[in-house]
Amino acid sequence: MMSAETWAIARFTVLMASLATALVLPPAIAIGWVLARKQFPGKALFETVVSLPLVLPPVASGLLLLWLFGRRSPVGQALDAIGIEVIFTWKAVVLSMMVISFPLVARSVRAGIEQVDRRYEDLAATLGAGSFRILRTITLPLASRGIAAGAVLGFSRALGEFGATIMVAGAIPGRTRTLAVGIYTLVEIGREDAAWSLLLVSALLAFGAIYLSNRLVEQKGRA
Amino acid sequence: MIDLSIDITLRQGVFLLSVRDTASVEVLGVFGPSGSGKTSLLEAIAGIRTPDSGEICIGERILFSSKKRIDLPARERHIGYVPQDALLFPNMNVRANINFGRHAEGDFESLVKILDLQDLLERRVTNLSGGEKQRVAIARALMTRPSILLLDEPLAGVDRERRDVILPYILRIRRELHVPLVYVTHDEAELNSIADRVLRLGR
Repeated sequence: MMSAETWAIARFTVLMASLATALVLPPAIAIGWVLARKQFPGKALFETVVSLPLVLPPVASGLLLLWLFGRRSPVGQALDAIGIEVIFTWKAVVLSMMVISFPLVARSVRAGIEQVDRRYEDLAATLGAGSFRILRTITLPLASRGIAAGAVLGFSRALGEFGATIMVAGAIPGRTRTLAVGIYTLVEIGREDAAWSLLLVSALLAFGAIYLSNRLVEQKGRA
Repeated sequence: MIDLSIDITLRQGVFLLSVRDTASVEVLGVFGPSGSGKTSLLEAIAGIRTPDSGEICIGERILFSSKKRIDLPARERHIGYVPQDALLFPNMNVRANINFGRHAEGDFESLVKILDLQDLLERRVTNLSGGEKQRVAIARALMTRPSILLLDEPLAGVDRERRDVILPYILRIRRELHVPLVYVTHDEAELNSIADRVLRLGR
């Protein structure tokens, strides 16, 4: 029932979503920490910009990415000059997933860090620790639940990414076709059977992600 | 010997404090009812809370001065602080907590011995009693070789009948390590048994 095509698409999507999650975590942790712990002029505006991909239609974010990484923008030209092609490659798939899941991960990290009692951080400072050591040994471990939740949420969102992906990566079979994009294009060309098997795989993955995140929360609750 | 001079205004605790003390005092007791700003005072000395104005010095070392625009960050003050609820890092065991501010080799063994922590080292901090938490927090603060140790009501979280289990340890630190103490409490009897001089805060 599962064709080689289905498996290839599923494998590709999981790989891309994992990569996107891994790449989005460091900046999301940095931004989440800044939003949770720092006060600066223009913070409200900064927060809005960070959350933008959450409310903007993904297709619109896709259009922005298409423009930013296209041949006519300086960024696209610079990348082109060193031989890196983004648009309509797997890199565009990862990029779309990252941009769309970023606000979710950053918000989750922020919430996790805000729940850490600042007095632990203050006390660590009296013991001679600098801000990076405090972040690494106190803040992040105590916020690990929020960070893990953010990672699962971001991964799940990346798995289902459609709008931005179809704009910048297209639906090239064997190259950029993900589960969500695959379901749409297969229905479009009248291959509903194949679309259904992609749906089944998506459902299984969603089930797994939810199960994993619940397990994570349980374990933390017990510790 | 404490050579601590404090002359600060702190708005939040709604108190105004003006003290200068350079006498030969080993234990400075700070006494006052709850809400009189005892904890705020310790936090100001430790560098966690910024006074609105004034000056805090240890000997010739200026920790804070609004006039000279000096506000040494907490990590450079070398002041040991043991808050009332100990604040042991919950993600580390007892050993890792004590070693967090490790400054010199060899201190660990002697502190563990003085404070009787041998059997607690691998325990999770969430499973400790109030008195055990205090002892671990004291060891953790002393590992940094602080110039002063600030103790915020160390007996408050301990049952009345078990208080005499903590006090001897504090006296022992004073005797064996010669670390000057600032000891905050709202219990007059407790103060008389330990302090050389008492600073009284009113409401």
